Amino acid sequence: MLEEKRAQPQDGWNLRESYLYDRHVIAEIQRAAREGIYDIRGFGAKRRLPHFDDLLFLGASVSRYPLEGYRERCDTDVVLGTRSAKKPLELKIPITIAGMSFGALSAPAKEALGRGATEVGTATTTGDGGMTEEERRHSETLVYQVLPSRYGMNPDDLRRADAIEIVVGQGAKPGGGGMLLGYKISDRVAEMRDLPQGIDQRSACRHPDWTGPDDLEIKIHELREVTDWEKPIFVKIGATRTYYDVQLCVKAGADVIVLDGMQGGTAATQDVFIEHVGIPTLPAVRLAVDALQELGMHRKVQLIVSGGIRTGADVAKALALGADAVSIGTAALIAMGDNSPEHDEDYRRLGSAAGFYDDWQAGRDPAGISTQDPELAARFDPIVGGRRIANYLRVLTLEAQTLARACGKSHLHNLEPEDLVALTIEAAAMARVPLAGTDWIPGRNGR
Amino acid sequence: MAVEALELTDATVVDLATTTLRELNQGLHDPGGQRRWRIVNPNGAHAVACGLDAEISVEIEGHVGYYCAGMNKLATVRVHGNAGTGVAENMESGTVVVEGSASQSAGATGRGGLLVVHGDAAARCGISMKGIDVVVRGSVGHMSAFMAQRGCLVVCGDAGDALGDSIYEAHLYVRGAVGSLGADCIEKELRDHHAAEVRALLERAGVEDVDPTEFKRYGSARQLYNFKIDNAGAY
Repeated sequence: MLEEKRAQPQDGWNLRESYLYDRHVIAEIQRAAREGIYDIRGFGAKRRLPHFDDLLFLGASVSRYPLEGYRERCDTDVVLGTRSAKKPLELKIPITIAGMSFGALSAPAKEALGRGATEVGTATTTGDGGMTEEERRHSETLVYQVLPSRYGMNPDDLRRADAIEIVVGQGAKPGGGGMLLGYKISDRVAEMRDLPQGIDQRSACRHPDWTGPDDLEIKIHELREVTDWEKPIFVKIGATRTYYDVQLCVKAGADVIVLDGMQGGTAATQDVFIEHVGIPTLPAVRLAVDALQELGMHRKVQLIVSGGIRTGADVAKALALGADAVSIGTAALIAMGDNSPEHDEDYRRLGSAAGFYDDWQAGRDPAGISTQDPELAARFDPIVGGRRIANYLRVLTLEAQTLARACGKSHLHNLEPEDLVALTIEAAAMARVPLAGTDWIPGRNGR
Repeated sequence: MAVEALELTDATVVDLATTTLRELNQGLHDPGGQRRWRIVNPNGAHAVACGLDAEISVEIEGHVGYYCAGMNKLATVRVHGNAGTGVAENMESGTVVVEGSASQSAGATGRGGLLVVHGDAAARCGISMKGIDVVVRGSVGHMSAFMAQRGCLVVCGDAGDALGDSIYEAHLYVRGAVGSLGADCIEKELRDHHAAEVRALLERAGVEDVDPTEFKRYGSARQLYNFKIDNAGAY
């Protein structure tokens, strides 16, 4: 009788992992049982979602003709806040740096964002906790966030900002407030926020002095009066009921709407919130543009889209769907060195690894970016970091221009949905462009 | 020093029935040498005298809407009427006095200065206060001093439910009844230096007929400063 050699369990071929209870799920159930607290982390949604990767550009051919790369112009400038502000923002590229707080990030990291953005002629944004001298000094164009907590908020900084962004929500946690855990509440952070040092700081999820769109209109009016109608007023929303939210923001008087899809990053949020609340950036852009067009306000109230912008292709696709600009957060941190293999040994000491690190809430970032520890922060050189941001922004712009020229566009804003097709039925339905090789847009005309 | 009514003979008078709010606020932002202002016919307008940044005094003859004296610095603003939502919100310094009652979120997120309400203040009075002092001659509504960080809230009447919910280090003093205390807010002993603090604030507010020792003091139990799963029911 033949002795068949059986595969040994250690070969793994006879093992079947549950789709429902995979190793990550098992680890999380056991972690929850051990620690008795939900998982709080940084970064954005890690699950697979329909995204700009599911769209392709139709380059020019016989029916359209392209522009010559390197020789024919493809402009990239954008003006934000043309609706009511005396001094709209004039940016050279349609890519801004998203709001990230001093507190979540180290002071040198905030400075680097300002340096990089300034070098390429775009804007950066403050965050929960107020404006630091470093970022104001190094940011030619600085957007000042007005958040529910109003930590560090004061009229002097409001007046020396170039634009004001009322934050209603963010893509990683629409409907959620802020959180900064005790290990990042250094003396300086505590003083700026009028809080005791070392506590777990909670930020409210609703503004303290307004509720709903009618109040928001009055709040915007007050901010305009305080700043003598000079500054553009942005309203930032997390993507959920986007069509209605955008229309209400327009009604309330916003100059610019910042729309953050669920892939948008966070410094510290419950994992369950990051992964299960909000809608992806792809359908959100389409809903926002629909809402603006229906009101006749597309391009009059500018739309900035964020949440998963990584490449020039993402930039070009967001603009083709109707955004006026995009904003980057997570990618900016990565550009500055977050999750770099050079820190792998340190990441592993923290129980993570390069490419996986998401404990931005913990303040022990080996790259010196998401920390308030002076020794760790000193690892990060704001001049080198600023240079990396500028390089990265230039590459995003060049990539977007490459795609736009291929579609025959002399300005990034001339890209349009007609230049796009979708690779999946989901993306076709969400972005409302045809499935590649067909004229089928699911849901359109009853089909 | 008590806030006293001002001599208005040399005041610049602005009639909001015939002048736009923009013109008024621009004038108050660039007051030049004009230190005394009197506003008539406010008729519930929003954002009246907001964003001031000079040692001027402004008397408003009537009711105002939302955010009157919002983000005030240095100026003294007196409302001879009622004030809408968010009076003196995010005030930095100076004094704001409401002769009547104030709507919700009075003094919200204020970082300094003194807000006096001679009538009642509605819900969320002193919400997220960060150093402002608030004296209310009457009562305050529910959720007052929610997440209050710094400064003093002195209530001569009663306070509604959930007073001081999730409070940090602000000092709360209530003379009358408290509907209920919010999460992590507890009653604390009123010691001599606390009564002195109340006395000084009442004096500054011009409230003379109230005994500082009649107040009860409330503040943070500091049990929710760092998250513990055993406290989950309190959140």
